[in-house]
Amino acid sequence: MFTFTPQNLQKIEALKSRYPSPNALALPLLWMVQEQEGTISLEAMEAAAPFCDLPPIELYRIATFYTMFKLAPTGRHHIQLCKTLSCALCGKAEILAHLQERLGIGVGEMTPDGRFSLEQVECLGSCGTAPVMQINDVNFENLTPKKIDEILKALS
Amino acid sequence: MRDARIVSRRFELPQSHTLEVARAHGAYTRLSEAFDKTPSELIEIIDQSGLRGKGGGGAGAGEKWKLMLPHDPRPKYLAVNCDESEPGTFKDRQIITKDPHLLIEGIILTCYAIGARAAYIYIRGEYRAHQQILQAAIDEAEAAGLLHVKGAPLLITVHRGAGAYICGEKSALLESMEGKRGHPRLKPKQKECEWYFGNPTLVNNVETIASVPFILYEGAAAYRSFGTEKSPGTLLFALSGHVQRPGVYEAEFGTSMMAYIEHFGGGIRKGKKLKAVIPGGASTAVLTAQEALEACLDYESMQSLYSALGTGGMIVMDEDTDMVLALKNLLEFYRHESCGQCTPCREGTGLADTLLSRVLEGHGNTGDIDKLLELASTMDGQTICVFAPAVAIVIRGFLLKFRSEFEARMHA
Repeated sequence: MFTFTPQNLQKIEALKSRYPSPNALALPLLWMVQEQEGTISLEAMEAAAPFCDLPPIELYRIATFYTMFKLAPTGRHHIQLCKTLSCALCGKAEILAHLQERLGIGVGEMTPDGRFSLEQVECLGSCGTAPVMQINDVNFENLTPKKIDEILKALS
Repeated sequence: MRDARIVSRRFELPQSHTLEVARAHGAYTRLSEAFDKTPSELIEIIDQSGLRGKGGGGAGAGEKWKLMLPHDPRPKYLAVNCDESEPGTFKDRQIITKDPHLLIEGIILTCYAIGARAAYIYIRGEYRAHQQILQAAIDEAEAAGLLHVKGAPLLITVHRGAGAYICGEKSALLESMEGKRGHPRLKPKQKECEWYFGNPTLVNNVETIASVPFILYEGAAAYRSFGTEKSPGTLLFALSGHVQRPGVYEAEFGTSMMAYIEHFGGGIRKGKKLKAVIPGGASTAVLTAQEALEACLDYESMQSLYSALGTGGMIVMDEDTDMVLALKNLLEFYRHESCGQCTPCREGTGLADTLLSRVLEGHGNTGDIDKLLELASTMDGQTICVFAPAVAIVIRGFLLKFRSEFEARMHA
């Protein structure tokens, strides 16, 4: 059974007073679920729905619209490589090939030990420091194959 | 090139994101000057200054502020657009990480002018680290007792998006903040304000709001001393792609595009020749090197070249760039980001991408260019928001200006 942590329940109460309608909490609630559990399950959406006064199906509609909400598990280090134009012009293809070789997985896959998963995403808003990737919430910019090696080595 | 720093004035200071440094360099010190004026006087100054929205559309800010129904009894809201997802655009993140207090001060002043007591900053989900800096600054300002409008408490809430480009469209942004899918709303026949849960709401970009303190303190004429008649002031223009020094550099409107690229960007990388520039984020028509020579960074000049200033985020491409691959890259982006609400956009973005894929796989024929152009016409002007028309502009720009490169990939 999914339940929010007492800390998150407090946060929800505080947030409610900041919006004209509890409906506004839909995205914040899904973020809280994801931060708490790693992924968003149907069960969690059902449990969260009353807090924003929406039917569970509405939360499901939202969770499947926004690409950052995870409905399936990813690796402990979820690598998201930007594939949009500025990064593509500055050597994204070489970085992708290197990542695939080092991790031994393709795009959309996870290493068997669950450490890494690899995804390509659209513009991360970091075009001046291309090529760029995000691992979980952290940005890594001006990537080179050598830099990738150092970054991967430092991750457990 | 004349130094023009209005928004980026404090960017280089060490610890510029902290309240202590921002205050020591003028932040929040002149609020009472603005509070001594009436809200309508402030709106008039913004209108006189000619400030235009800096998120891409370039609508007059004063005109928007005037739509805010001063005598309406309902609560009013300010929504600050920090969704910043247009490829080639990364300027708002500079403001929220290097001078968040400038934005907060702009929010306080704007809320006073439009009668709002709550403001939301809608930030793209990927800006997690940047959001933390912004939130820390808001917390600092609150603890210092600064978050009020002439004594009345002001709530500033950061609302995190979750990876949807379309939420940068103002009505999709509000839908998202109401706890829905980010589907743009139908536009009203007459100009009116935006609505958040049925309440009058103003949506402005981060940089627009960050320009407000300078204008209200120094006056409309001071702002107009920068830029051109129709594009007054400055913009945080940005460079990415094949330049020596990519980055965000503030300059006044009317600056020559090539002078900007040379002065701030250090010219084209590795001594190569310029081939093309996308002037203002991916969704503006690409310029050839010849057009870029004539271009000035203002709304009028871009319009005369049948392109647009957009967000001012320039993507620079050198002579080695494969324009077919560049268009393919952008079509994949639009296919992924179409919200799916309108059929011409949902189907058109996918079909355009598939058509070009076939060409790249060696199955194209010369009729495909016309097919793509026809598709662009089908998508243009047939949808709720400007996403699909922007895709049409992108397709036409690449196909018409670099037609020979596309033809070279086709079989007869």
